[in-house]
Amino acid sequence: MAERNKYSIIIPTYNERLNIALVVFLVFKHLRDVDFEIIVVDDGSPDGTQEVVKQLQQVYGEDRILLRARPKKLGLGTAYSHGLKHASGNFVVIMDADLSHHPKYLPSFIKKQLETGASIVTGTRYVKGGGVHGWNLMRKLTSRGANVLAQTLLWPGVSDLTGSFRLYRKSVLEDIISSCVSKGYVFQMEMIVRASRKGYHIEEVPITFVDRVYGSSKLGGSEIVEYLKGLAYLLVTT
Amino acid sequence: MKHIVKIMTLLVGISALWFGLLKTSMVPSSHTLLLPIYFIMCLGCYGLLMVGVGLMRFPTCPQEALLLQQDVIEAKGYLKQRGVDVGSE
Repeated sequence: MAERNKYSIIIPTYNERLNIALVVFLVFKHLRDVDFEIIVVDDGSPDGTQEVVKQLQQVYGEDRILLRARPKKLGLGTAYSHGLKHASGNFVVIMDADLSHHPKYLPSFIKKQLETGASIVTGTRYVKGGGVHGWNLMRKLTSRGANVLAQTLLWPGVSDLTGSFRLYRKSVLEDIISSCVSKGYVFQMEMIVRASRKGYHIEEVPITFVDRVYGSSKLGGSEIVEYLKGLAYLLVTT
Repeated sequence: MKHIVKIMTLLVGISALWFGLLKTSMVPSSHTLLLPIYFIMCLGCYGLLMVGVGLMRFPTCPQEALLLQQDVIEAKGYLKQRGVDVGSE
């Protein structure tokens, strides 16, 4: 008899007052017969995100939605670690709060993991069945260029390195996160590359990525320099 | 083995091959000396090709934006009824 799986969904938030409510609704809509909990790690949002989370707790139950806030912006990596400490599931999903990661793909992550026994299932935007919307030519060009460069240098074994919509076996996430030191999206790259180097079984599922519907995007120009530095770091240390 | 070690080993192997070709002069040295340049050019062209092909075949999903809008409307309706503040930001 298979042991029942529980999924802890960690969602870091900063000023996602409206989006977090929408995401929570959609998670509950698409994960009907699944044992899960949502852990919201809010970094002291000034827009009242935490108040909305408390309202959601009244609707869905405090045992299903955990609010584990922090006093201020302390970074993505530590947000995951913080959420992990409170996770009671044996699997952990990490996703963004801004609706670019649609909860409707959660069943396909779970299914893929059950079918293959993988330790990590990562969402990829770059294969058939996946895709993006709301990216202009420049954005697609930089994304593709960055991806080719990373593939050539790192041989990572996954098609989407910077994606952050992933399902991890909890023990695997704990193992990898302790050895990662980067910040931001380079952190996402470091996690998946280190996992690949350690020989963990990684599977991919196609996901669609609709760019920011509500709220402002946090992507800028100096990102390119950060990215190259990150690649160099990963090249030498993994 | 660390990844960088793997890459270095590969490069050293290729360099050894190149030196070998220079020494034995099976191929005229004028050609051999240019081989690294050709190699880098090929690598560059391959990279550009991959970027170009990837760009052309970049999967897009315009219908997803519409579906998302529908989801948002449904979510707002449900949550508003239950006392969650979903007013616009």
